[in-house]
Amino acid sequence: MAKPATKPKDDPSPAKAKSPATPGDNSVSPDELKAHYRDMLLIRRFEERAGQLYGMGLIGGFCHLYIGQEAVVVGMQANVRDKDAVITSYRDHGHMLACGMDPKGVMAELTGRSGGYSKGKGGSMHMFSREKSFYGGHGIVGAQVPIGTGLAFAHKYNGNKNVSLTYFGDGSANQGQVYEAMNMAALWKLPVVYIIENNRYGMGTSVERASATTELYRHGEAFGIPGERVDGMDVLAVRAAGEKAIEHARSGQGPYILEMQTYRYRGHSMSDPAKYRTKEEVDKFRNERDPIEHIRKRLLDAKIVDETALKAVDAEIRKIVNDAAEFSQQSPEPDPSELWTDILVEA
Amino acid sequence: MSIQVLMPALSPTMTEGKLAKWHVKVGDEVKSGQVLCEIETDKATMEVEAVDEGTVAKILIEEGTEGVPVNTPICVLAGEGESAADAATPAAKAEASRETPKSEEKPKAETAPAAPAVVAAAPEPEWKGGTQHITVREALREAMAAEMRADKSVFLMGEEVAQYQGAYKISQGLLEEFGEKRVIDTPITEHGFAGLGVGAAFGGLKPIVEFMTFNFAMQAIDQIINSAAKTHYMSGGQMTCPIVFRGPNGAASRVAAQHSQCYASWYAHVPGLRVLAPWSAADAKGLLRAAIRDPNPVIFLENEILYGQSFDVPEDPDFVLPIGKAKIERAGKDVTIVAFSIMVGKALQAAEELAKIGIEAEVINLRSLRPFDTETIVQSVKKTNRLVSCEEGWPFAGIGSELSALMMEHAFDYLDAPVKRVAGLDVPLPYAANLEKMALPQSSHIVEAARAVCNR
Repeated sequence: MAKPATKPKDDPSPAKAKSPATPGDNSVSPDELKAHYRDMLLIRRFEERAGQLYGMGLIGGFCHLYIGQEAVVVGMQANVRDKDAVITSYRDHGHMLACGMDPKGVMAELTGRSGGYSKGKGGSMHMFSREKSFYGGHGIVGAQVPIGTGLAFAHKYNGNKNVSLTYFGDGSANQGQVYEAMNMAALWKLPVVYIIENNRYGMGTSVERASATTELYRHGEAFGIPGERVDGMDVLAVRAAGEKAIEHARSGQGPYILEMQTYRYRGHSMSDPAKYRTKEEVDKFRNERDPIEHIRKRLLDAKIVDETALKAVDAEIRKIVNDAAEFSQQSPEPDPSELWTDILVEA
Repeated sequence: MSIQVLMPALSPTMTEGKLAKWHVKVGDEVKSGQVLCEIETDKATMEVEAVDEGTVAKILIEEGTEGVPVNTPICVLAGEGESAADAATPAAKAEASRETPKSEEKPKAETAPAAPAVVAAAPEPEWKGGTQHITVREALREAMAAEMRADKSVFLMGEEVAQYQGAYKISQGLLEEFGEKRVIDTPITEHGFAGLGVGAAFGGLKPIVEFMTFNFAMQAIDQIINSAAKTHYMSGGQMTCPIVFRGPNGAASRVAAQHSQCYASWYAHVPGLRVLAPWSAADAKGLLRAAIRDPNPVIFLENEILYGQSFDVPEDPDFVLPIGKAKIERAGKDVTIVAFSIMVGKALQAAEELAKIGIEAEVINLRSLRPFDTETIVQSVKKTNRLVSCEEGWPFAGIGSELSALMMEHAFDYLDAPVKRVAGLDVPLPYAANLEKMALPQSSHIVEAARAVCNR
């Protein structure tokens, strides 16, 4: 067997995406490029503020930040239709913002307030929006994969043309239920796109130390599921690969796997000192491969916008995030009576 | 506007830490994400990054300082267009200080409000028309077929439910009537198809997930409890999971420990689930129809030995039973015997034996384990003053344990004898015929227990 060509793990240079899409794809309009920049920046600033509120003791428990991975969800969500289902793990704040959920409601859930999406009863890892077809926010590693596959099943059963975007990490990629779900998805040709956000570490264990084969995009081969590896630090590469994968699923050809090579700058959760990787590795990604800087530079180089315009975007985002932070502290804690509500639906 | 940077908490339990090292000095410009300093706790060293941009105006805590409480201002950043000197003055209005966390306020002593009163289930109505004498198996099939005819979002999935016609023939004929879209053979992949069912329910369908036995549902229990039972609560009521997990539970015959466990107390423990355990064919039909219509996840515990037993079932096409209502199967004044599933039949046999020696036993068929019909049992105990609980599962932390506790809480003054539990022995169920018989509770054990509490 030929040894798969794996890149050294601290090499931040772009992965060779198999997708025909190139970052120079002319099909992306200047407005779309600006929107991607803005959407990624919103996630970045939101997460930084969440980290700060955590440090102030306003957010409790676990808090998993998405900083560094913004291009994945923004690139994928650029392709969705209104009723396409989205589901992910507990590193979910970015997905909610990219689905169009209100930053105030998300931040207020982080602070455990009544204005949060789950009325303060779910927290960072457990938020949902039926309106935005966002199905969580799941705290058990890998559990969202069969559920996301079931959402695809429901779409197919109902005969609509919607798909399910099921996100999970490289850590989940070793869970048995992921493969149980992939088998059924392929067997029944369910319209699901599995997006593996490979940020190189499942908590503190690198992919190389956790997966016998590290080409995660090939993990569906046993079921005949096509897959490809995508540069997850490049929003346009993600978008192009996502378009193809979603079209595959939507047209009734069954599931598709996209392995997004990405990187999280922060620890696994707020309380992770991240001793399992070097500072140089993190800095290299930050300085050379940052998804937001990449698009920022592109916008300036192509003279789509100038510095002043970008400053205006920064200011707009800062206001949104400040308002969310403010709301998340002003919104009252849930009423004690909420303790006993929402346990069962009363028929 | 100047910004105070506060000593952060790096974990849910951190209250103070050491400011180990500054990475910036007064006059430095900092960007969002730039490392400001290093903090040491007893567990780790971590870097503190700037959230806001600005110029370092003043360092308030020198490096090397130990025991810095969380939320102490550690430095001041001057915002754009503001001189560092202005920002460093104590009079400067600090944005961060305005955001003094609520958690620093003296916590109010909060006690949980009392649980809302349990709304008693409506009593079972009188059914008009005649009855049919059918097996539990036929009753379950009729229930599924009736609900599938009524609601196109109901479908059945599980191992061997379609082409094979069901491992225990519960789904016989359903594939022919409803087609392969709605009667679906799954691979042997319990965790996967339970999770897929939960996703389908989140997506608006009403799955009936058949487990070939509940023993195999242990493979899937994470999805049943963490995903199906808890998501309604965790979503603040946004998400619903109308799903039925059904299949045979408890001992069959000579299939040994891995295939013979009763899961009643496991599932009855969990808020967010409904747990039903039918005994008769009428229970099976009426409760399964109710379970499929219910908007919540329902655990439906059947019993393989009962599948072939026949009972009278109302012919009324609208026949359905209320969830949460126990049934008095036999009235009596001397002792209350509470049972569910196969033990109801054994309790009725025991009552016959007891009648021969002049003990009139009242036999209650629980039907529903969550919600639990405490009221019906308490009313009975107020009359009989004695209680025997029966279950096939293990005694420790079983349904009988719960029943004993409930009687202490609700009927202590009415009890003339301690509650007596009849349960399976506290061993993995053996294969050998003689040992198996000894390990499972029989009607003779119920007779002994009833005599003991009656001092007869």
